[in-house]
Amino acid sequence: MVEVTLIEASRRAALQEMRRDERVWVLGEDVARGGLWGQYKDFLGEFGEQRVVSTPISESTIMGAGLGSALVGMRPIIEMRIFDFVMCAMDELVNQIAKIRYMFGGQAKPAVVVRMPHGMWRNSAAQHSQMLEAWFAHLPGVVVVTPSTAEDTAGLLVQAIRSDDPVLFFDPKDLFGVPGQIADPIEPIPFGVARQVVEGNAATVVSWSAAMPVATKGVAMLASDKIEVDLFDLRTIWPWDQAAVIASVKKTGRLLVVHEAVEVAGFGAEIIATVVDKLGPSNIKAVKRLAAPRIPIPFAPPLEAEVRVTPEKVVTAVKALIAM
Amino acid sequence: MSEPGDNLRRLTGLYSTMARIRAFEETALEAHKAGEIPGPLHVSIGQEAVAAGICVNLRIDDRITSNHRGHGHAIAKGADPKRMMAELYGRANGYCRGKGGSMHIADFSVGMLGANGVVAGGIPIAVGAAQGLKMQGSDAIATCMFGDGAINRGPFLEGLNWAVLYKLPVLFVCEDNGVAAFTRSESVTAGPGVVDRARALGVKAITVDGNNVMSVDDAAQSAVAAVRRGDGPHLLHVRTYRITGHTSTDAAAWRPAEEVQEARSRDPIARLGAVLCERGVPATDLGKMLDEAKAEMTAARKDANAAAWPEASVAYEDVQDTGAVAWSK
Repeated sequence: MVEVTLIEASRRAALQEMRRDERVWVLGEDVARGGLWGQYKDFLGEFGEQRVVSTPISESTIMGAGLGSALVGMRPIIEMRIFDFVMCAMDELVNQIAKIRYMFGGQAKPAVVVRMPHGMWRNSAAQHSQMLEAWFAHLPGVVVVTPSTAEDTAGLLVQAIRSDDPVLFFDPKDLFGVPGQIADPIEPIPFGVARQVVEGNAATVVSWSAAMPVATKGVAMLASDKIEVDLFDLRTIWPWDQAAVIASVKKTGRLLVVHEAVEVAGFGAEIIATVVDKLGPSNIKAVKRLAAPRIPIPFAPPLEAEVRVTPEKVVTAVKALIAM
Repeated sequence: MSEPGDNLRRLTGLYSTMARIRAFEETALEAHKAGEIPGPLHVSIGQEAVAAGICVNLRIDDRITSNHRGHGHAIAKGADPKRMMAELYGRANGYCRGKGGSMHIADFSVGMLGANGVVAGGIPIAVGAAQGLKMQGSDAIATCMFGDGAINRGPFLEGLNWAVLYKLPVLFVCEDNGVAAFTRSESVTAGPGVVDRARALGVKAITVDGNNVMSVDDAAQSAVAAVRRGDGPHLLHVRTYRITGHTSTDAAAWRPAEEVQEARSRDPIARLGAVLCERGVPATDLGKMLDEAKAEMTAARKDANAAAWPEASVAYEDVQDTGAVAWSK
């Protein structure tokens, strides 16, 4: 085991897979210089300019060319630099990548990984901070990966690169410097398996991505008040670990979902609706979402703070749940 | 140099390909009118020389991407009209198991990477296919068929720029029928057009008479050879005319009758027929080819109309391996 930051864990995962499989290549802006986040540092020297391709700022073609290469048997890592830029490649992602296998009757499986560093980071304002992962859970044909730790990032990225499905990989920008322990070689982590972080009976708390450390801190504060909860990191929101969450809520009767994205029509709504549907309302005492207000991400730190979930808000929300 | 006999055989083959495309689409139009084929149907009647003249120069391992008006491209690339017709009918034995229809016909086994319902949607895909082939050390090429409407979309600029940057083996074919849906392209396109736009990016580009299949064949032969030997992307601007409307239900009545009549006088099949007659091919041989094409497509229609619908469970297949079905029903 070696201790590395989350972004370095992702670098080592991609490095391992590019060494393992020569069909894997990476394309995106500045990737030959190591990528905006250093996640491809030294790749050019090892793999050469055909497999590590710095591209023009042409998101449609970054996405579409990745797809085209997959249709002739390559396995591209499509780097979007920052999630928000994927909006410039929505046709290629939504109309093409997500649908090609289906609308061609299974003739092709586009094995692409789209990496999209998302979330709030150093006051980057409305076009560099968004968390729209729920949009993509809504989209048939893709896997949606939302890790929060170095270990999970490494294992899930290996799984993503080996997957025949298109995988949308939401790198958590704000957590890139967080350290973790990774193994060598990095073993894949299957999609749709939540990681339980803490055990308790008072309530079930579910989170993912950048909200996860916030939820973890809140849960630790609750523990010092002798309130113990089940805390899950979903790690992937499509597929998501229904079985683990439902089993926990069956035990606790109370469910809080914490995410950084806007609350309205966020993925928390899907989780709560599913759990209520599967368990029946009589088996549930209370449900709650803790997420962002429905406003764009503002720039000024005190305004941005309005959007963020905090450990204190987690504590308040869980206490409110228990009182219900 | 090919012998005159070889040349005649090539021209006869082109005639047959065009006749089969025409017969396929006329048959499909009849079936659509009869209510047998659901959904939108975009036919390319009058444009057959483009598909035939380009694809005769491609190998089976060369890839093409097509567009919403792509039946001809598929047939010319070697797709089976029976499975195409079944797909138009939405039947289980169609190319896409009934999930794609006319706008999404693909046959990966002959290098046909799919028609596309989005204008210019095939451009980035073709560019990426070419990049993949180059990485694999293959000498196969990618050919991208798009219309004159596509040159006003961003992927056109992006894709051509990209193909030049990485010197990719891709042949861009702008099949210019003069009209983007219901609007004359010239009325919505600034500047001198696709050839100048391509040249500005360093793509070698020429204009060809797309109603003369011999011209298309000659131009494609040179361009494909250049692309295959690693010269980088080329573009052919192939001017033709869409005899019918945008879809099967559009009469395109806004066009002057004389204009359509003039275009009919340049019908690519009749033109090549006249050339073949001059070179001594009996008119009866040509008539036989037309009849055979019609019979083939009539049989395809009959088979498709009798074919089974896909089972409802098929709707849940081919979505994704992970997280596909369990929670979506």
